[in-house]
Amino acid sequence: MERLIVIGNGMAGVACVEQILKYSPRFEISIFGEETELNYNRILLSSVLAGEKTADEIILNDAGWYERNRIDLRLGVRIVDVDSANRTVTGDDGSVTSFDKLILATGSSPLIPPIEGIGKAGVYVFRNLEDTRALLDRARAGARAVVIGGGLLGLEAARGLQVQGCDVTVVHLMETLMERQLDATGGAFLKSKIESLGPRVLLGRNTRAILGAEHAEGVEFHDGTRLEADFVVIAAGIRPNVELGRRAGLLMRRGIVVNDYLETSHPEIFAVGECVEHNGVCYGLVAPLLEQGKVLAATITGNRGPKYQGSVPAAKLKIMGVDVFSAGDFSEAPGNDAVRFEDGAIGVYKKLILRDNRLAGVILVGDTADSHRYMDWLTSKNDLTALRRKLLFPDPAEDTELDVAQMPDAKVVCGCHGVSKGTIIQAILERGLSTLSQLKECTRASTGCGSCTELCQQLLQAVAPAAQSEAKRALCKCFSLSEAQLREIVRTERLRTVQDVLDIYGNGSGCEICKPALSYMLDMVWCGGHDEDRSARFINDRVHANIQKDGSFSVVPRIRGGVTSPDELRRIADVAEKYKVRMVKITGSQRIDLLGVQKGDLPKIWAELGMPSGQAYTKGVRMVKTCVGSEFCRFGVQDSTSTGIELERRLENLFTPHKLKMGVVGCPRNCAEATVKDIGLIGQEGSWQVVVGGAAGKKVRKADLLVTVETAEEALQAAALFFQYYRENADYLERTYDFVERLGIARVRRETVYAPMAVQQGLRERLRKSKARSRDAWLEGDEPRHATQFVQIEPLENVLA
Amino acid sequence: MNERNGTGGKQWVRITECANIPVREGRATTVGGHSIAVFNLGQRFAAIENRCPHRGGPLAEGIVCGATVVCPLHAWKIDLETGVAASASPDAPCVQTYRTRIEGGILEIEIPVAGAPPADTRETPRAHRDRPIRWVQRKFPTARPEMREQR
Repeated sequence: MERLIVIGNGMAGVACVEQILKYSPRFEISIFGEETELNYNRILLSSVLAGEKTADEIILNDAGWYERNRIDLRLGVRIVDVDSANRTVTGDDGSVTSFDKLILATGSSPLIPPIEGIGKAGVYVFRNLEDTRALLDRARAGARAVVIGGGLLGLEAARGLQVQGCDVTVVHLMETLMERQLDATGGAFLKSKIESLGPRVLLGRNTRAILGAEHAEGVEFHDGTRLEADFVVIAAGIRPNVELGRRAGLLMRRGIVVNDYLETSHPEIFAVGECVEHNGVCYGLVAPLLEQGKVLAATITGNRGPKYQGSVPAAKLKIMGVDVFSAGDFSEAPGNDAVRFEDGAIGVYKKLILRDNRLAGVILVGDTADSHRYMDWLTSKNDLTALRRKLLFPDPAEDTELDVAQMPDAKVVCGCHGVSKGTIIQAILERGLSTLSQLKECTRASTGCGSCTELCQQLLQAVAPAAQSEAKRALCKCFSLSEAQLREIVRTERLRTVQDVLDIYGNGSGCEICKPALSYMLDMVWCGGHDEDRSARFINDRVHANIQKDGSFSVVPRIRGGVTSPDELRRIADVAEKYKVRMVKITGSQRIDLLGVQKGDLPKIWAELGMPSGQAYTKGVRMVKTCVGSEFCRFGVQDSTSTGIELERRLENLFTPHKLKMGVVGCPRNCAEATVKDIGLIGQEGSWQVVVGGAAGKKVRKADLLVTVETAEEALQAAALFFQYYRENADYLERTYDFVERLGIARVRRETVYAPMAVQQGLRERLRKSKARSRDAWLEGDEPRHATQFVQIEPLENVLA
Repeated sequence: MNERNGTGGKQWVRITECANIPVREGRATTVGGHSIAVFNLGQRFAAIENRCPHRGGPLAEGIVCGATVVCPLHAWKIDLETGVAASASPDAPCVQTYRTRIEGGILEIEIPVAGAPPADTRETPRAHRDRPIRWVQRKFPTARPEMREQR
């Protein structure tokens, strides 16, 4: 095994080691860290200063990680010399360690401007965890702080101190805040935003001296003016730590010079991170460092090939309530077109720079919601000619999920850690992730600056089967768990009665919301093999009829596909007369409704009808409405009636999260309105369209196309797949139109008709089981579940009224 | 046997075998002109007027949640102990409640005896004993005469 020494236990060095570990283990690795901390997320120091995070929360690699990967970690040892000829490094503890390969990841140090008295007590820098702790110690309510430097770090330090109660003034040498990232207008917008939060901003001030005898008492500027202060923070920039490169005799300029493979001028010495200079650029932002780490890992493990070709510099200010994003080149040089929007009243400023119709730079202040899109344009260098009229205000995406879905897998979601969409999706699927915290732990995505959190959430929601559960509220006041969580519990704990679920995970008594929901859930999860508790069902499902406003019931026999016979009609007429049914009504669903029936008459009516229950009273399969179809209709191209009858036969008697209505039409004229049904089959010449999620009730929604198939049998199969998928994944009382909208039709397709064969077979098998256990509810007329199921109690004795 | 309890003209009436009312379900019955919903609460039984104060829904058909029944028509929640509808208003309408007991596996309900004027024999819900029962007249001017007719 070769000995690899990494000098620097910061983000760049350790991220590179993480990448190296992904290749075969060929190194014995030692990491030297000057700080005594484990590798932490330096970007989040400002969050620690602002009290939003604790020091522990920004640790990236805990001690266990080093142990598991057998990394020899030497903390608190500063390497003072590198002998490139003998391949040894010397520590400030006197230790000499030899190496076969060496990585310099020494990072950078605060740039200390030439200011008189800068060594006085009460002058701080803000670069590492120790600095942050010192500042937190010093910061107290009312203390006057001067922050020298109005760049990213200075502003974040100022905001942190201000949150800690200090009276903060930011002093900046230039006339524009964050002048490396913003133009004058952007800087002015930022200034007023910062000042609205509390800190004062002084621009164009060159600090000459720190005042005070031994302890800082203020600052004096070159123009002679002074500013009193209790302490001073220097945040004027960083400079690469290159001393060791020099000692090793490497080619140096501002930083340690590396090529596209992160190789230095010495064959066994490599460098990565803020200490390097690539193509004349030293990077001080996290994303480039991580990109470099990946390339170096390949190079050093003998997989030399991937090249680092520089990064588009992008910066985001991490101050709550101050949105600033900047990337690329924003200079208005000749040949650059500027596209601007500014509204001082709402503090929004946007500027795009285009060169040859391609995005070259972007500045966003006050609204950074579109930063991902612009970053995309910047890196892809797409020709934007077609979008020129709406660059700043693009058409809203049809829905946000679509945006995520349209991103290519290779697209980097988390720029901080270089995690691509593909990696995230793979992690979600392979490890069964369902929460953001799991995703963070697994992939590191969104643990950096956090600007991709929203995207990660969207990906989770689009891909993770259980992702909704986190966001979704509890089922009802009886539970602190969501339906999705309860489904999982019911499955894993093998609960089969509503009362058990209520007793163990709820409040014991339940309510009219959760009891029917749990009844459905148990029936669905156990494919009808649960212990049915009728007391938890709504009255309609106890007596298999629809309760009306006067307490009477309605009776709707099943007339599959809306196709009946003279014999059936005769029986219906006889029953209606015999039981003095108050109204006989043709329903909107091609059924016949007998209204005003007394509960006690229900079993007799069912028996005399000799027809099965039409389930018109329940959250279940209601009906299939059909048009005449090719058998008679001169326009019909498919046999809609027999297909509709078969569809109804296959799915009838099953419960669904909400009522489920279907339609089958024999030609695109759509006479039975299949496009506004929960499931619709639309016959065309030589094919069938299967559409789902339609509605024509409280909401009108055109169904989405699930799939187009050739035969009626294939259409029936696709409908069945969707049917069972809806049963298993929708929340109770969620109609298909909400369900399909919530998930997006692309996901529904992916998980039904385009799902792997095993998944489809699972859905079919569970549907088959449920169907096998289901029965016509009206059979209970002959064999009631309970002696008094359909009767009023006759008192054993009576008294005079 | 009918048993006079002697207090305010009420009597215990044998209704049905307890087993005829499933646990956590209700059943309707009519005794002495009273339309009553009886509920099996597992450990005990409850009996209330089978008519929701909202739109007259059959409370016997409601889902039982603890000691509350939820009307099947519009989900009004009626407390089975007090007969009071769950409502933010201190003036919440209520239904009549009846005492129940079990004698030899038979559920019995205490019914006001015939002849006594309804207003006197009505068992006022405990929570409302201090208040006059004028809500009957005020809120349901049309419903009450019917009830009288029956009696």
